[in-house]
This record gives sequence, structure tokens and C-alpha cells, in this order.
Amino acid sequence: MSVSFTLSASLKRIYAIVLKELMQLGRDRVTFAMIVMIPLIQLLMFGYAINTDVRKIPIGVVDQSHTAIARIITETIKVTQVVDVIAKYETPKQAEAAIIRGDIRAALIYPVDLSQRIVQGEEIGQLIVDGSDTVISSALLQLRHMPLDKVIVEPSLNRQSSKPTFEVALLFNPSRRSQVNIIPGLVGIILTMTMILFTSAAIVREREHGNLELLITTPIKPLELMVGKILPYIIVGLMQVTIILGLGYLVFGVGISGDIIDVFFVTILFIAASLVLGLIISTIAKTQLQAMQMTIFILLPSILLSGFMFPYEAMPKIAQYIAELLPATHFIRMIRAVVLKGAETNSLVYDNLWLISFTILGLIIASIRFKKRLD
Amino acid sequence: MNNIINKNINHNTAIYTKGLTKTFGELIAVNKLDLNIQKGSIYGFLGPNGCGKSTTIRMLCGLLTPNSGIANVMGFNIPKQAEDLKKTVGYMTQKFSLYNELSVIENLNFMGKIFGINKHDLKKRVNTLLGRYSLYSQRNQRVDSMSGGQKQRLALATSVLHKPSLLFLDEPTSAVDPENRRDFWEKLFDLSESGTTILVSTHYMDEAERCHELAILDRGLLKAEGTPIDLMNNIGANIVEIKGSHLRLLKNRLLTLPTIKAVAQQGIRLRVLIDEGITKPIEYIQENIHDESLEYNMAHPSLEDVFVTVTGSTIEKSIDLQEKGE
Repeated sequence: MSVSFTLSASLKRIYAIVLKELMQLGRDRVTFAMIVMIPLIQLLMFGYAINTDVRKIPIGVVDQSHTAIARIITETIKVTQVVDVIAKYETPKQAEAAIIRGDIRAALIYPVDLSQRIVQGEEIGQLIVDGSDTVISSALLQLRHMPLDKVIVEPSLNRQSSKPTFEVALLFNPSRRSQVNIIPGLVGIILTMTMILFTSAAIVREREHGNLELLITTPIKPLELMVGKILPYIIVGLMQVTIILGLGYLVFGVGISGDIIDVFFVTILFIAASLVLGLIISTIAKTQLQAMQMTIFILLPSILLSGFMFPYEAMPKIAQYIAELLPATHFIRMIRAVVLKGAETNSLVYDNLWLISFTILGLIIASIRFKKRLD
Repeated sequence: MNNIINKNINHNTAIYTKGLTKTFGELIAVNKLDLNIQKGSIYGFLGPNGCGKSTTIRMLCGLLTPNSGIANVMGFNIPKQAEDLKKTVGYMTQKFSLYNELSVIENLNFMGKIFGINKHDLKKRVNTLLGRYSLYSQRNQRVDSMSGGQKQRLALATSVLHKPSLLFLDEPTSAVDPENRRDFWEKLFDLSESGTTILVSTHYMDEAERCHELAILDRGLLKAEGTPIDLMNNIGANIVEIKGSHLRLLKNRLLTLPTIKAVAQQGIRLRVLIDEGITKPIEYIQENIHDESLEYNMAHPSLEDVFVTVTGSTIEKSIDLQEKGE
């Protein structure tokens, strides 16, 4: 009797706690929205994005043979849907520059003596592949042994060969190690997480502790406060980048092909963009917990859609559009180009401009949203 | 609107409000408040928590936007010119709001720089304030390890760092003991002597009594205004103290008499406020109560009595009600 009595009393207390938690949750609108939004939005996004079946990799063609057979072979490769021929270049040099810029992932080069090579059973062309993303390069490597017997029906060109169809040159990551691609990408993910969280929590904490009430009774301007809040974290961000890339080099042997100045330049742009995103969150979030949840809301798509985990090209259009809205996508594209392919920042104009515009616009939005009021 | 302001303010007016109102949803936090506070005075807001003291101060600093009514503070129209006002006011928040992770001197330097005080002046100013507010020996101590009284002195030092001509103090002594409270008021009188206008909110009677002028607020309404002496002299009631037993029962009996304005128990005494129309209050009570064991004495009105007559309740009771959410 007494056992059942204490049990029922205990259940009642648990019930009271459950009810109280639910009421609090219901009244914390941001948290409640996150409970619904995180699974809903994220599932939709990732349902689209998580696609290990890589298709439509953008490549370019350099046709030095100017023959009909080259065009037929190109069409045949297109039919496989593994690649999407999006550009034509005059010389292999131009094609390589396009790979460094990230316009294309591979270039197919037909030599002048294409017909002769077909007859002699030699490799008929060369495939220059951006090896930095191992998922992409594996998909492209399938093309190496693509049979040509269905293409070449003319008996005079009948080909008997044990040699592969294409000679493949893997650029940037010849040994096809995934660390090579992951480490620069990790810079983007870690910075997304820490930078957004630091700034958003920094302002929300001042609000929670009451410091902000005092601060807004001073002549300080919102923009001054915003800029002052983000500057110190730029240094913090640069320290993190140095640690990640330094360990990447020492432990995993991932060297930096590009200029170190370029590495820091694109990183500062990205840190600034992430910090500004954190500031915007801080003008919405009322508590540090809310700031944390919103950070996660940005972080998850940054991990999955930015090209860090899955090749950007393999994602459907809608996921790519979402990815384009995330600073991490632009940064990961750039840092990989600089670290792995030795690109210079001036060849990455679009992503640079995007991050700069995002930062300026975000700073304005955050300053406008930040009211020197309590109501 | 400008006409109303121009007619009612002159160079001696520190704060002028007309019909100032602030609501939070259903709750009317401040209800049509009219104020006219002169420069150089120490003006007190007396009332329990939730009476609208903090809300009024926040509106006057421009931190909250009024729903209706007008406010002019030191010649600036609020909330429109709040940013200009911020250079000339100091604000000590109810909750300690400096940085706990920083030391005393770091906090002072930080706030000084925010106010744009140049390096040389700031150093001199900080040293003066450390001396004046007895913080010199704690100057390198982290704030989170300091006592309530020390924190309060630091908050006051910070709020006067830029030599404001108007100082808002929101329940400045709620976290300190009575001795610290006395010292604190000495500092306030010094500031007032040097020409600073001070607006202070409190729920302590002894603190309210020290103000030059006082406004009694209750549930957002201004119930009475004047100097503490005038308020006590014009209470409109005589006070009889009754000593005896079974006071709770007696209190209920007294309250049935229409001429009794209020009855408050203080230990073994009842403090009875009787309408001043009754010329012989002690005899009047004796006639109505018929209890030989009781001891009667006339008493001087206190601020507490004033509070009870204008709000119909003691301040402790008002605070209790507030905490119960009634």
C-alpha cells in the first residue's frame, strides 16, 4: 500500500515536471520553432543532397583533332550522364586553368592524331582530373576503360587493344587520399561552428547578464558595438585555421599549394561573414540556448550541402541553390582551390565578392535590428 | 505637443512628463504619469515592486518607448532625442550590470572609453573615483569576488564617470546592508551638492525620507507627491498607537469603523490612522471599542503612514501581493 502510494506520488511529481517543461517549451517560441524546423527543413534539404551516386560532373573538352569521331566520342560520354560537358577550350593550358578556378572538374583532351591512335589501339585521349575530391575522381576514373566498340562502327577503324581508352592524369591529389580534400573543408566547418556561436552567444550573454542594459544607456552606436564585437574573434578564427592547416600538414601531409597570403585572405573573408551571421542571430535569440540552436540550424546544412561531405556537383539544383546561400559553400570552394590547386584569390572573383557582399549586408542588417531599447 | 512642453519647462526643469503611459500587454505599468522635477534635487520614487518605478526610469532614459504621453528630460524630447540625452545622464541599473570577469579598474576604464573620455582625463577621473568611493584597495580585484556594498559603490562610480548632470538610480541599495546604505546616501548628498540632479527609486521608507521630494507610486499611478515633511504633515489623519493583546481581532473590529483610514500592526502595537475630522481620536476609539486593558498614545505620522493612507496598504503587503501575482 505504502509502496503504491509513494509510486503514485512520485508519478504525480514527474507529471508536474513534464507539464511544466511542455509549458515552458510552448512559450519559448524560438526553441519551439527549432523543434519543428530542424527536422522538417533539414530532412528536406538533406533528402535532396545526400546522393552518393555522382552524376553530371562538369567537364570541359579540348579538341585538337577537329574530327567527327571526337565529337561522337564526346556525345557517347555525355550519354553515360556521369559528366556534363559545359565548356570547350582551345588548349590544355586553358582547361587546366579552368580546373584550378573550379569551373570544371576534368578536361577531356583529344590529340591531333586522334584517328591514328584509334587504329593503333593507343589511348585515344587524355583525361585531366581534379583529384582533390576523391568521390568525384572515382566517378571519373570509370570513364578510363569506357568501351568504344559501340562508337566506332567503321571496320577500317576497328580497334583491337588492351590499352585503356583514356590516359588519366590526376591533378592535385595523385594518390587519391580523402584527407587532402577533407582538411581544407574542415576549416570551413569548424569556423562555421565556432565563429557563429561565439558572436551570437557573446551578445546574448551580455543581454542575459544585464550588461547590455547599461551599455545601451551610453552614447555607443549599434555599428560600433557590432564591429567591436567581431574584430577580436577574427584573431580567434585565424588561430583555429593555423591549427587545422598546420596539423593537416604535419600529421596528414596535406601541404598548401597556394600562397599563404591567399589562404589567410579568403579565411578572413569567411570569418567576417560567419561572425556577421552570428551577430544577426544575436539580434533574434533571447537566450544563449536559442543562439546555440540557431547556430546548429546553420551548421548542419553547412556540413552537408557546402560540398564538404558530398560533391556540390552531384547535388540536385534545388540543393545547390540552398548551398549557394551558405557562406561555407563559397569558402570551402575557395580554400580548396587555394590549398590544393594553388589558385590565386583574384581568380575566384565570384566567391570573394559574394562573401564581401554578405558581410557588409549582414552588418547593416544586424545594426538595424539591434535596437538600443529594451522593448 | 511642443507648446505644452515649452509652456511648462524652463532652464530649471530636469524632467517634465505629461500623461506618460506604458503598457505591457494587458498590464498598465505606468498610467498617465505627470512629473515636473527641478534641477539639483534628489527626487524619489517610492513604491513596491511592480508599481512602475523601473519602467518610468527606463522610459526617461529612452530604453523603453512610451505608449502615449510626452516626456522631456534635460531639454531633450524623449524618446526622439534619447541618443543626445545619453551623454548627459548616468544610469545605475537595479541589477548589477558591470562585467564580473573584469577588475574594478578595467570596468571603469572600459566604460570611460565608451563615453569617449580621453586617456589622460580618464586616468585622473578613475583615480579620483577610486578614492571617493573607497575602492582603491580593490582596484585590481575581479568584480565577481566583491561584496554587495563594494559592487554597489563601483556601480555608482561608473554611473558618474562622465560627470552626468542627471543621475538615475534604480533601487540602488536593495542589495546592501543598512550601514552601507547610510554611507551610500552620504555620497548621493555630495553629488547633489555639486549640482547633480538625482532620481532614485526605492521601497525603503528611511531612504525615501532623505529625498528632497518624493512621488508615491502604486500600480502605475502617482498617488501623492511632495517633500517628505509636507507629505507627513498633510496626511489628513491622526495617528493613535494602541498597545495590548488580541491585536488581530481588534484590528478587524477597528476596520469596521468608517472613520478609520487604516490599521497596521507593528509588533505588539497597532498603528491606527483616524480621519482628522475626529478631534479627540483616543476618546473616539475608547467609546467604540470598550476595552480597559488597552493602552493608547498619540503618535507622529511617518512616511509609512502616508504610504498606507494614499495606497490603502502597507508597503510590505503591497510587495507580498506583488509576489503572489495579484
